[in-house]
Amino acid sequence: MSSVKLNLTLKVWRQAGPNAKGEFVTYYVKNISPDASFLEMLDILNEELEAKGEEPIAYEHDCREGICGTCGMVINGRPHGPLQGITTCQLHMRHFKDGDVIFIEPFRAKAFPIIKDLIVDRSAFDTIIQAGGFISVNTGSAPEANSIPVKKENAELAMDAAACIGCGACVAACPNASAMLFVSAKVSHLALLPQGLPEREIRVQKMVAKMDELGFGNCSNIGACEAECPKEIKITNIARLNREFYRARLLSNV
Amino acid sequence: MALESKIPAGPIQEKWTNHKFNLKLVSPANKRKFEIIVVGTGLAGASASASLAELGYNVTVLTFHDSPRRAHSIAAQGGINAAKNYPNDNDSIYRLFYDTLKGGDYRAREANVYRLAEVSNNIIDQCVAQGVPFAREYGGLLDNRSFGGAQLSRTFYARGQTGQQLLLGAYSALSRQVGLGTVKLYTRREMLGLVVIDGIARGVVARNLVTGEIERFAGHAVVLATGGYSRVYFLSTSAMNCNATAIWRAHKKGAFFGNPCFTQIHPTSLPLHHEQQSKLTLMSESLRNDGRVWVPKNKGDKRPPNQIPEEERDYYLERMYPSYGNLSPRDIASRAAKRMCDEGYGVGETGQAVYLDFSDAIKRLGKKVIEERYGNLFQMYEMITGDNPYEVPMKIYPAPHYTMGGLWVDYNLMSTIPGLYVIGEANFSDHGANRLGASALMQGLADGYFIIPYTIGDYLASQKFILVKTDHEEFEKEEKAQKDLIKRLMSINGKRTVDDIHRELGKILWDYVGMSRNEQGLKKAIQMIRELREEFWKNVKVPGNDMDLNQTLERAGRVADFLELGELMAIDALHRNESCGGHFREEYQTEDGEAKRDDENFAYVAAWEFKDVGNWVLHKEPLVFEYVKPSTRSYK
Repeated sequence: MSSVKLNLTLKVWRQAGPNAKGEFVTYYVKNISPDASFLEMLDILNEELEAKGEEPIAYEHDCREGICGTCGMVINGRPHGPLQGITTCQLHMRHFKDGDVIFIEPFRAKAFPIIKDLIVDRSAFDTIIQAGGFISVNTGSAPEANSIPVKKENAELAMDAAACIGCGACVAACPNASAMLFVSAKVSHLALLPQGLPEREIRVQKMVAKMDELGFGNCSNIGACEAECPKEIKITNIARLNREFYRARLLSNV
Repeated sequence: MALESKIPAGPIQEKWTNHKFNLKLVSPANKRKFEIIVVGTGLAGASASASLAELGYNVTVLTFHDSPRRAHSIAAQGGINAAKNYPNDNDSIYRLFYDTLKGGDYRAREANVYRLAEVSNNIIDQCVAQGVPFAREYGGLLDNRSFGGAQLSRTFYARGQTGQQLLLGAYSALSRQVGLGTVKLYTRREMLGLVVIDGIARGVVARNLVTGEIERFAGHAVVLATGGYSRVYFLSTSAMNCNATAIWRAHKKGAFFGNPCFTQIHPTSLPLHHEQQSKLTLMSESLRNDGRVWVPKNKGDKRPPNQIPEEERDYYLERMYPSYGNLSPRDIASRAAKRMCDEGYGVGETGQAVYLDFSDAIKRLGKKVIEERYGNLFQMYEMITGDNPYEVPMKIYPAPHYTMGGLWVDYNLMSTIPGLYVIGEANFSDHGANRLGASALMQGLADGYFIIPYTIGDYLASQKFILVKTDHEEFEKEEKAQKDLIKRLMSINGKRTVDDIHRELGKILWDYVGMSRNEQGLKKAIQMIRELREEFWKNVKVPGNDMDLNQTLERAGRVADFLELGELMAIDALHRNESCGGHFREEYQTEDGEAKRDDENFAYVAAWEFKDVGNWVLHKEPLVFEYVKPSTRSYK
């Protein structure tokens, strides 16, 4: 635990509403504990702004444990900041130096319109899931759990993909603002399990069609999504998505 | 008003089956004539809305999150209990019922807890069918592990992310219904008021958190699935936005509040690092299997832990509870840590922490074994604290985690307001005075998937199809009341921030209505909370505009409610002259400092009726134990 406090310059994107003009506003924060989290540093700034009667910086956050997927901002050009494999709420100030200048921006993508300051609308992800990201099973109709054995290896791979928290960092990181990593994680999760097989073909087609319709870009194999994913979802899921998609098209009756 | 628990007659094994048969049905053609409003999309809310929509009801779902998948159920780590008996270790529905009732220190209803155990197996079936990637054996079948409070392995898990996977399962079922158009989903809406017409719940008003507008939603029944209230302590393991507003506003409209003082303090959280910390992070309790808890023998010893020689360390759990040692139960371990810190032995910058030391285990088993067992937890710890727990002991401290208390409900999960149902952590029902690990996920999904879809039909079958319109004068009145409240909050323009007051409230509750309570402290807390409430309404500052996205205003409304709920928690704790589960009254302990229950005078649910702010009337629902005779728990 270090006791050297940090004084920092923040350049924060402020935008009053979806159609308002945004700009970087400069703030100075003083005496920040290196043990504080990045979001606590913003809380401190916001409380100072509130005390002065100014509007605090709007940003989203909830669990602060890296699992709910609510938080997310671009810090010095990188979604969720400079470290690998963590969300913004898990980033701590000890990774910054006294006197640093930090740029803070919202996730930027056509499919994620800005609502206010650092808050964007990621409901497009929900819309994709609503189009087919599920197994159609009504409550009460499930068979005995152990009547469906699952190969351990597949269960592990499915879990790797299912770990996605839907934060949108993959989209923000991608120069094409593609949602392929997000979609591939769900397609993989369900295609790897026997329970997901009856809807294997229809699911991937519906989800991909919805993704395209919502204005996400295409994948051009850059790999920024994998590099910035706080849950380290692998890009091999995109390869699986492609295989699933072509397979579904080949098997299609139309 | 007399409390009717509506517990069915008959042997405990047959109560739920018989009750289901006696419930009235709504025919498929008539189901689509009913509108049900569900508030909250955690395990309970998402599973309920999906299941009700599958049955054919029209469902409207509100969540204050940007997406239903964000609810705090997602953060549950450990697992979910069920009485499958897959490991062949002699588990049964009856044993799960027994363990849960005993774990709750005999302050829950037998019939409810039995039903919970009874449907536990259906939950696992349902989740597997949805594609929840539970841990599996090499043969492809489901794996189990053991958890606190049980002598067998009945916990199903998906790595350390069981809550996430179960919620995503319920979310996918909900999303499917949204896609089909049977559920209307409204995100970024915060319920502010319940609309009660002629004594019956008929709808809610909610604030659109983006535009600031107050919107009206009418229905034939309202289901609250809005979670627990441990954020009342400010620092807790709950998510930042968890709050009591929905249940509190319903309470003020006539729903009784059950056992508000029953809160769970979890012993192994990361301690406070600095004064401006926003929340606390839980570390899995399993760490105490190999870690030894200690503090320096000398008060205020500031040396680094590795420089404190063995003979100057106090392994206080091993000293005070020799037979359980570091594996003493949650309430014991939490209280002991607090006592050591209060007496000045605490470590770290704030003095509010104790060491959890793995050096002996590493010496005994080697670093590799410890890494296999706890690698991800050690990594998470290092990420937050910057300390490497392989080299230096962890620092831990207890933290508010879960609230067993909540709105009172009958066996059908209906509150004292007809038409208002409360499910999941938001109700008081199944955990008594203490919840066992891996039981919260079970209860949330039991309520949502398998109980409310049956019980709500019985109520709706007796309702007329005519829907109250949102231009009814009660909707007008409720909307105006909420607008006035918002106007009042915006116009105070005082000097203190919302968080500043919330932090002060949290400290009062933590000090006097936390792990250890006494009459004098509780009386003092009541006084302090009243004064702080007055201060809030005179001196809080909410900048910005109410017809806009305004997060300070959102928090202000929640803190205003916490300032009332906090007082009721203290009043409830003061009236309960016994110690049980998470409620420890210093005056009521055995000679060796253990909780001393008073079954003769306090074997009841305390259900509080709201009269006015600061004025409640107590109603008692006696608890009858026909199957499990209450006994004393000892850990020495």
